Amino acid sequence: MAQLFHPSTNPFSKVSIAGLLALVLTGLVLLFVYWRSPYLTGQSVVRAQPVPFGHKHHVEELGIDCRFCHSSVEDSAYAGIPPTETCMTCHSQIWADSPMLEPVRASYRTDQPLAWTRVHDLPDFVYFDHSVHVRKGIGCATCHGRVDQTNLTMKGASLQMIWCLDCHRGPEASLRPREEVFNMAYGGASEELRRQLREQHEVQSMTNCSTCHR
Amino acid sequence: MRDTGRLKPLEGSSVFADGRSARPPVPGTVAREHLRGDAAFHTGKRDGQFLAEIPFPVTRADLERGRERFNIYCSPCHDRTGSGRGMIVQRGFKQPPSYHDQRLREAPVGYFFDVMTAGFGVMYSFASRIPAEDRWKIAAYLRVLQYSQHAPLSAVADPALLEGR
Ligand code: HEC
Ligand code: HEC
Ligand code: HEC
Ligand code: HEC
Ligand code: HEC
Ligand code: HEC
Repeated sequence: MAQLFHPSTNPFSKVSIAGLLALVLTGLVLLFVYWRSPYLTGQSVVRAQPVPFGHKHHVEELGIDCRFCHSSVEDSAYAGIPPTETCMTCHSQIWADSPMLEPVRASYRTDQPLAWTRVHDLPDFVYFDHSVHVRKGIGCATCHGRVDQTNLTMKGASLQMIWCLDCHRGPEASLRPREEVFNMAYGGASEELRRQLREQHEVQSMTNCSTCHR
Repeated sequence: MRDTGRLKPLEGSSVFADGRSARPPVPGTVAREHLRGDAAFHTGKRDGQFLAEIPFPVTRADLERGRERFNIYCSPCHDRTGSGRGMIVQRGFKQPPSYHDQRLREAPVGYFFDVMTAGFGVMYSFASRIPAEDRWKIAAYLRVLQYSQHAPLSAVADPALLEGR
């Protein structure tokens, strides 16, 4: 039988094999980039809110502590979103005629809560608890980024499982003293201090599936 | 899969007309650990009179907790020294009286508890945000603040500190 492909076509087949490999690799890289991209994870994406509430204004400029508004963050799984009454503590007098704050006043008058859009939302099959992280010395900024410097709230991390696990495998790297947990600008503890804190707070590495899927 | 219908706290729900998943309790409900058996502890008053003393022994840890809570919840308006010129006041909120005024220095400690619990004038109640025990600890810390501005020189333990005055 006569040869179908003349030996001079050999380079073509080599190039096409290499090309095919490159194509598959590029595809994988693209898939990976897509998988971790803000487009998919919603990181750094701003959501529409009923009132353009700004952490920058309230936390950085006015110096209000996180716990003034997220008062259950130390004791419960949920940090909690402040009720209208908390806003009105100040806005009954401050900017009391501003049209921007009309939804807040309307909510207070009618006793209908403001419908904030969730920025962070883990799937329902994941268990998360704020109080344990606060007690063991993980700062808000470690997970939420510099909330105090953003006008509209966005996610500071992907919240993917790999992100949780990266820390759970070696939590020591992120520890800080308890009184610095709410300090947004904390510079990071020295290695020495972190080792001490790990002892003091009895921090374990929890990577069992049932830690988060229970 | 991601949203299985399990409701997180504050998540909306289409089941009820007002869209809330958390239902207001039936009037008269007493939640676990919310029984107000000791009325004086929860109102700051006994037989209509403000308590003159904090209804539990106060330790140093309690005062430190009081300071922390005061700095979170009160200092935005009353400032950290209690003189009433906090950041929110500087931005236009009504200026509260200084804790160092004669009238407030002579007020019984139960009065401060009552102000936090029931609110006072334009100041809102903090009862839903600060548990009763912490409100007492804040009241105890207010006493510390007041003393800090009116302590007699004779109370200074180390005379060396007074040199150069
Ligand atoms: C004056 C009240 C107030 C203070 C103080 C405050 N927050 Fe908030 N926070 C809010 C409100 C209201 C929302 C909901 C609207 C939004 O997402 O911006 C919110 C939302 C958030 C969210 C996103 C919640 C979601 O929907 O997933 C995070 C994270 C957060 N705050 C962290 C912090 C941290 C950290 C601090 C302290 C540095 C802080 N907040 C201080 C009022 C406050
Ligand atoms: C402790 C007092 C305090 C509380 C509590 C508070 N605010 Fe404010 N807020 C202020 C002050 C003071 C200003 C104006 C700052 C200025 O004068 O520049 C302000 C400004 C604002 C503004 C306009 C400026 C901006 O870009 O943020 C909005 C919107 C607002 N607040 C919404 C809210 C909402 C919603 C809540 C409840 C979750 C809330 N605030 C709770 C004190 C407060
Ligand atoms: C270990 C990481 C981590 C730390 C530390 C952390 N958070 Fe969160 N936070 C999360 C995650 C994850 C969610 C989403 C929870 C969900 O969807 O159920 C969240 C949600 C929130 C929300 C939305 C309401 C809620 O509870 O679901 C607020 C508000 C908030 N965090 C504030 C804070 C504050 C204030 C601190 C500092 C004391 C803090 N967080 C520390 C990871 C963290
Ligand atoms: C920056 C570090 C860090 C990140 C990020 C983090 N965690 Fe943790 N987590 C910790 C530490 C530290 C502990 C405490 C371990 C211990 O108890 O010794 C902990 C404990 C827990 C626990 C155990 C609570 C209990 O009561 O047993 C759960 C559940 C948990 N984390 C869930 C999550 C989830 C879900 C995420 C991702 C959305 C996450 N964590 C992200 C540091 C982190
Ligand atoms: C530290 C917390 C944590 C631990 C430990 C953990 N997971 Fe997860 N897991 C998560 C979070 C958070 C998500 C949701 C990620 C997302 O939103 O994409 C998740 C999602 C998943 C999903 C669904 C993936 C998808 O894309 O829908 C599976 C399956 C899963 N985990 C299996 C496991 C198994 C098996 C283990 C044990 C080897 C484990 N997980 C341990 C936090 C954890
Ligand atoms: C939003 C600002 C604001 C915050 C936060 C606040 N206060 Fe006040 N407070 C006021 C104002 C304004 C007055 C004066 C009210 C009036 O005369 O209408 C006042 C009055 C008082 C008085 C004096 C009552 C009298 O007889 O004159 C006390 C005591 C007091 N506050 C304690 C507290 C404590 C304790 C906290 C923290 C739990 C607190 N306040 C938080 C604004 C505030």
